[in-house]
Amino acid sequence: MNSKYEVVIGLEVHAQLLTETKAFCGCSTKFGNPPNSNVCPVCLGQPGVLPVLNKKVIEYTMLMGFATNCKIKERSVFARKNYFYPDMPKGYQITQYEEPICEHGYIDIEFKDGSKKRLGITRIHIEEDAGKSIHDQAYETLVDVNRCGVPLMEIVSEPDMRSPEEAVLYLTKIKQFVQYLGICDGNMEEGSLRCDANISIRLKGETKLGTKTEIKNMNSFKNVEKALQYEIERQIDLIEDGVKIVQETLLWDADLNMSAPMRSKEEAHDYRYFPEPDLMPVIVSESWKAEAKKKMPELPDLRRERFITEFSLPKYDADILTQSKPVADYFEEVIKYTKEYKTASNWVMGDVLKTLNELKIDITEFSISAENLGKLINLIGNGTISGKIAKEVFPDMLEGNKDPEIVIKEKNLVQISDTSAIEKIIDEILKANEKEVNEYLEGKEKVFGFFVGKTMRETKGKANPKIVNDILRSKLDGLK
Amino acid sequence: MAVTRKDVEHIAQLAKLSLEENEVESLTDQMNDILGYVEKLNELDTENIEPLSHPVEGNNVFREDVPIKSIASSEALKNAPSASEEFFLVPKVINN
Repeated sequence: MNSKYEVVIGLEVHAQLLTETKAFCGCSTKFGNPPNSNVCPVCLGQPGVLPVLNKKVIEYTMLMGFATNCKIKERSVFARKNYFYPDMPKGYQITQYEEPICEHGYIDIEFKDGSKKRLGITRIHIEEDAGKSIHDQAYETLVDVNRCGVPLMEIVSEPDMRSPEEAVLYLTKIKQFVQYLGICDGNMEEGSLRCDANISIRLKGETKLGTKTEIKNMNSFKNVEKALQYEIERQIDLIEDGVKIVQETLLWDADLNMSAPMRSKEEAHDYRYFPEPDLMPVIVSESWKAEAKKKMPELPDLRRERFITEFSLPKYDADILTQSKPVADYFEEVIKYTKEYKTASNWVMGDVLKTLNELKIDITEFSISAENLGKLINLIGNGTISGKIAKEVFPDMLEGNKDPEIVIKEKNLVQISDTSAIEKIIDEILKANEKEVNEYLEGKEKVFGFFVGKTMRETKGKANPKIVNDILRSKLDGLK
Repeated sequence: MAVTRKDVEHIAQLAKLSLEENEVESLTDQMNDILGYVEKLNELDTENIEPLSHPVEGNNVFREDVPIKSIASSEALKNAPSASEEFFLVPKVINN
């Protein structure tokens, strides 16, 4: 980026709340039901119906308000945002406008070098989702209103971000929060978490904001970063050429790696907001707030600290393990069965996460139970198998959560810790490799590894490596 | 603050209504009449009165998060001007 300029980014994040029912009617929010089957007269926008607010929507939004240090407003009011689009049968969206439920919050992001930055949150408000339009037909657009009325929480940031990296860190934090709070599954690819960005460029030192554009349709973290980078360069090029930035909405195209202005039939946004007369104001009392606060789970930052202090894990480990709540939960489950915390951390961060990546599954779908992984770790700890053998046992355990003890027995992998047996093998190896023995005696330390490798091969990897090392060392040094 | 023809045309467009020439004229007059009538309220002193967002008193009307049976999709699609077996059909919104 041209160092003359500074970028200013603000994000609007929509999070689909994990309620059983829609915001204003009792229809199910279940994903994947047949089109237009999660519907009723309320969400179909039939005349004469009365929306009634789902209490859980308020409670979930309050939790996010607590997590982001917002002020929970005592009184909030719903409004109608009026516009026509076929995926919204009522002709208006119920949202909160002048009086949102949460305001004036912040979150702290942490950079790779450990430095921190505080980013402001303007507001969090509640609104309803629209339905889905399918545009791939030749002559008509198909509309499915199952998603219509599903509760959304919109989190609006201050224009505090100064790079795509900061935006991604902010978004990562939001995702982590909603997942920890259990109020949204935070899946950008599937659209349960959506992000729009407002972005402008100005000369460094300038205090006035430049003309902003809005970017939509960035459905992954990678796309957010790419789209923002693209837009920064586009705006700087225009400014350098003396062209004025036009305030407009752009759609990111992940296939073409570029954005293009959204073609909109509506010429000017004129939403004519007014208070929704069908819904009463929401009053959040101090006692209700206190009640909701009791349901706050341990947030990622605290959990990370606890992992460091309680289990003596390095910060690096604690960071990775607490990034996603289900992974942190799994780790804590594993260490119910073993006290080898660091080994457990290595296995979860390493083989477990690698396997999840390869199989493209979530840890909740992972086949090895925490109990069996704990067992495997104990088998290494008590010398029954070596860490190397454990790596062979692990893939077998993946098949239907097999007990590691059974795998070891079936494959005859129990580690040889019997010193006399290992000694015998080593004696033979030393006899058969006189040349290397002499090299060692002449001071070629590297040859030591050759003997270890030979011994391990001879025992098919089952010899206890520590014992092998000890015997080899004493035998070889005894020859000196 | 008089309503002009342009305002009426704008509002009609937002409401997706197409108006005849004489309708624009009569609606302009009618809207001005209505606003003029409501303007009377501005004669009242509301200095120390909280804005009223709802005409009736009350707050916190909630529903528990418990699903109820939805209606069949065939029922949902019944009143649609155009529908397939599963979907509402509308004129194409986006050209691909």
